Amino acid sequence: MELKEKLVSSFMAFENTVDVDSSVHDIRIDAMKAFEAQGFPHKKLEAWKYTSLKSILKNDFSVFPKENEALEYKDIKKYFIHDIDAYKIIFVDGKYSSHLSATTHDGIDVCLMSSALTKPKYKVIIDNYFNKIATKDGLSSLNTAFSAEGAYIHIPKNKVVEKPIQIIHFSTGNEAALMLQPRNLIVVDENSHVQIIERHQSLTENPVLTNSVTEIFANKRAIVDYYKIQNDKQSASLIDNTFINQKQESLAKVHTFSFGGKLTRNNLNFYQNGERIDSTMKGITIIGDKQHVDHNTLVHHIEPNCESHQDYKGIFDANSTGVFNGKVVVEKEAQKTNAFQANNNILVSDKATINTKPQLEIFADDVRCTHGCTIGQLDESAMFYLRSRGIPEKEARGLLMFAFSNNVLDSVKIPEIKSRITKLIAQKLGVNIGFDL
Amino acid sequence: MLKINNLHASVEDKPILRGINLDVKPGEVHAIMGPNGSGKSTLASVIAGKEEYEVEDGEIILDGEDLEELSAEERAHKGIFLSFQYPVEIPGVSVTNFMKTAINETRKAKGLEDMPANQMLKLIREKAELLEIDRKFLSRSLNEGFSGGEKKRNEIFQMAMLGPKLAILDETDSGLDIDALRIVANGVNKLKSKDNAVVVITHYQRLLDHIVPDFVHVLYNGRIVKSGTAELAHELEAKGYDWIKEEVNA
Ligand SMILES: Nc1ncnc2c1ncn2[C@@H]1O[C@H](COP(=O)(O)OP(=O)(O)OP(=O)(O)O)[C@@H](O)[C@H]1O
Ligand SMILES: [Mg+2]
Repeated sequence: MELKEKLVSSFMAFENTVDVDSSVHDIRIDAMKAFEAQGFPHKKLEAWKYTSLKSILKNDFSVFPKENEALEYKDIKKYFIHDIDAYKIIFVDGKYSSHLSATTHDGIDVCLMSSALTKPKYKVIIDNYFNKIATKDGLSSLNTAFSAEGAYIHIPKNKVVEKPIQIIHFSTGNEAALMLQPRNLIVVDENSHVQIIERHQSLTENPVLTNSVTEIFANKRAIVDYYKIQNDKQSASLIDNTFINQKQESLAKVHTFSFGGKLTRNNLNFYQNGERIDSTMKGITIIGDKQHVDHNTLVHHIEPNCESHQDYKGIFDANSTGVFNGKVVVEKEAQKTNAFQANNNILVSDKATINTKPQLEIFADDVRCTHGCTIGQLDESAMFYLRSRGIPEKEARGLLMFAFSNNVLDSVKIPEIKSRITKLIAQKLGVNIGFDL
Repeated sequence: MLKINNLHASVEDKPILRGINLDVKPGEVHAIMGPNGSGKSTLASVIAGKEEYEVEDGEIILDGEDLEELSAEERAHKGIFLSFQYPVEIPGVSVTNFMKTAINETRKAKGLEDMPANQMLKLIREKAELLEIDRKFLSRSLNEGFSGGEKKRNEIFQMAMLGPKLAILDETDSGLDIDALRIVANGVNKLKSKDNAVVVITHYQRLLDHIVPDFVHVLYNGRIVKSGTAELAHELEAKGYDWIKEEVNA
């Protein structure tokens, strides 16, 4: 049976496991219909021209993983940013793991989607925010139809959450092939600040496909700082659908570090519903082998006096492929918009490819929009300069690539993340950067 | 120390060096002068091991060892240093981190441990003082946005850090103001000893007032067409190159 049919027929069984009286029930049913009508995206869709899910969808994914044995923290510690005190929402094969997690209801809610979707005290937030900005395309609809578990974060107004929140989804290989559909909702009210780290990590070579949807609401003057660490096994693929709705004077920043995984597709969408909003998205992609990373971004400038900054760097080795598709829409009312977009790439191997395409749709006349894409090799004169100082070719190459991607890290505000990412980059580039970072 | 015999080199099949002979002994200072485009920088790059240039004939011998098979980094490990006519900007790598990497890679090649951090700091402080370089400067990205003079001074700072056996200074004086020229020249002189050697490529006598050469060579059309003592540089300053070109073409 094809995966689509399997999912459609599993939906009934899934329905039996969840509360059909909740208001979310109708949303799920509509979403299922939308998925049935559209199915999985295919290459004929403009937005999926360079990314094919075909071979991945051939796996016989199980949709309802069985209960598995508890993981020991010491075995998976390295996937945490463990040198900082953090809230933790941890899932293992899609199921919440209480012993690995550290949630809270103390002034803020850092807990589970499954509770939020069923308990009355969360009803107002769910009614106001759940599935309000996720798009109705096939993949997001599929996630909505099966939405049951994930992270639920609500920061009421005037709270600066000091500790970052780590959301990690582990898969154990308990199933021959596993499909996960995490669903996250993050609501940050007026003047509040939050920092979130998200990671998907497979622990075996068994295929995993994650189709995740995250809705983030940054209300008036809220600050949301979000880090996605994508360094999964070669057998794991991720479709990350993130939607961010911003209100006036809010600031939202998403860093995406893509170093691993078989196929990674990031659909990152910002909607600016207010004035003086700042949206920042930054990315470093360093891949090789037959890996594929696709960044598909959208910034929708709806109101005046807002800014957006996009800066994506990519280093592609071996047979890897990269896609950058950055769409910026500036509505007629969105005067004085300042939109900046840059996508710079280095192809290390002549078998690697990158498709980069900015898409600007500007309907306002008083705006500043700049964009630039570059695709290049390493600068030979810089290589000779470093080597003439005694730095061997491999290290010189690594140093230049490190330098190329490094400035993206300037905006990383958590030092432990910065040093972790720096180490991952050095590791990825196969160099021992000979100095402290 | 350095012996170059009948060196022929070309780039993209275009011959640039056409039979260079040069003999540099420990403790000596050699100046290479010559009109624009005559091949001075090419000679410097070929000695330093730039792969873009094809050595078609001849040999470069350092302390009895033929350099032909050695990469640029291996030549650096053997003590060759090139101060670039046009230093390259490396955004994202600070001067300090660059020097730490260069020094420790060189040590690694010699089978030595990394230089202890405190010793490294001391060395950096000492050499920065010698060249009157502000500490803040050292945390900036290498050569990025440096003025012409700052780049040259930074080259000599690197030379001081690495302590090469053979330093080739390619137009290090260009872009330096009068005070900087004195500081840089003074730095080079301080680094001179009976065991190392310096080759200065320059267009002007004023650098040679500070770094006094034992020998002066004129490179023209890919060949050394005249050699002499420091006196030759004065003569060139006064008379230009026409008389030499005439001699060669006669
Ligand atoms: N990579 C290259 N490709 C093509 N031509 C080159 C290359 N490098 C050098 N040349 C040519 O070789 C000749 C010698 O150049 P070189 O830079 O060595 O001259 P120079 O003596 O250092 O001149 P200047 O005094 O202007 O610095 C010039 O005609 C130059 O154009
Ligand atoms: Mg030159």
